[in-house]
Amino acid sequence: MLKRLFPHPYLSLTLIVLWFMLVNQWKLGSLVMAVILATILPLVTSAWWPDRARVRHPLRLLGYTALVFWDIIVANFQVAYVILFIPRDKVQSRWLTVPLDLKSPEAVSLLAGTITMTPGTLSSDMSACGRALLVHALHAPDPDAVRDQIKSRYEARLKRIFE
Amino acid sequence: MTPILQTAIELIVAAGLVGGGFFALVGSWGLIRLPRPMQRLHAPTKATTIGVGAALLASSIGSLPVTGTVSIQEWLITLFLLLTAPISALFLAKTLILRGEADPDLPDPGTGTPWATLGQERPDP
Amino acid sequence: MILGYALTFMFACIGLAFALNIWRLFTAPTLTDRIVTLDTMTINAIALVVLYGIRAGTGLYLEAAVLLALTGFLGTVAYCKFLLRGSIIE
Repeated sequence: MLKRLFPHPYLSLTLIVLWFMLVNQWKLGSLVMAVILATILPLVTSAWWPDRARVRHPLRLLGYTALVFWDIIVANFQVAYVILFIPRDKVQSRWLTVPLDLKSPEAVSLLAGTITMTPGTLSSDMSACGRALLVHALHAPDPDAVRDQIKSRYEARLKRIFE
Repeated sequence: MTPILQTAIELIVAAGLVGGGFFALVGSWGLIRLPRPMQRLHAPTKATTIGVGAALLASSIGSLPVTGTVSIQEWLITLFLLLTAPISALFLAKTLILRGEADPDLPDPGTGTPWATLGQERPDP
Repeated sequence: MILGYALTFMFACIGLAFALNIWRLFTAPTLTDRIVTLDTMTINAIALVVLYGIRAGTGLYLEAAVLLALTGFLGTVAYCKFLLRGSIIE
């Protein structure tokens, strides 16, 4: 019963938090509205998201978020350095193929988003079978090191969280 | 609120604004300076997003001396920008690949199937 | 005091960024580059709205920033979808 009413509990929680951020006030009426939205929206959209996402370690997800935030800040200084100081014809852009060990679609999309926001890499496409990501690196004199960093720093952590 | 604390908050907000302005400008400058289409995607997704993020967080902290609470609506916008930047970047990259404007030397996926954008249409399940 | 200088600095930066973007919009070599530029302009516009909010000292401008963030993202995705598939709603 409870499972049918709330097909995606994490989505419902996120919606409640998002509604409070949007309203920007702590009132009881906002909570009622947030709970109504958090009940209706996952029910209506559950047809497009049939499988419930399994998160093994929700607390580790918070640690991962902190790591990614730090990396986003570092990434911006690196990209700004490349834009401002490296001559136009010396920027070594490369394509990389990152084979995926992750299976769950939520984890893969999280990894793709992380790759885009972190140092000098941009996830551009996926193989038709979903087992490899195409990544574009802005300035990578050593492409293998970038791939190893993506695999060890982000994918290994996501694998521990989701699988 | 003590004057020292107020000055500290003002300094943090000013630092956020200066950093944000710098990164927003770098992002727009990179859009003009970088020579190849795929490289130009990097500038707006990263630099501009963090520029706006810094300005928004500065605005959030800056409301502390005025109203007494930290405004959290800015966090919603920052979160939204951080979540949507990878998606719009992915769409733009797929457009570049499909139209053949990206660097053509795509590597092999290594899985026996082509890249999704270039592969033939799959029937809807 | 120092806040005023920082605000003026960022207004100048965003204004210059807008000028660069408009220049890019006219000189862009490909259609996709124009979409990238429009995306960047939307984000810069959000920054501009937020800066007005800080200068005016109210949170009212934030509602406009939220709406701009939503519609800007949808606009970019719609443009790309049109170029990718030839239609927006299938």
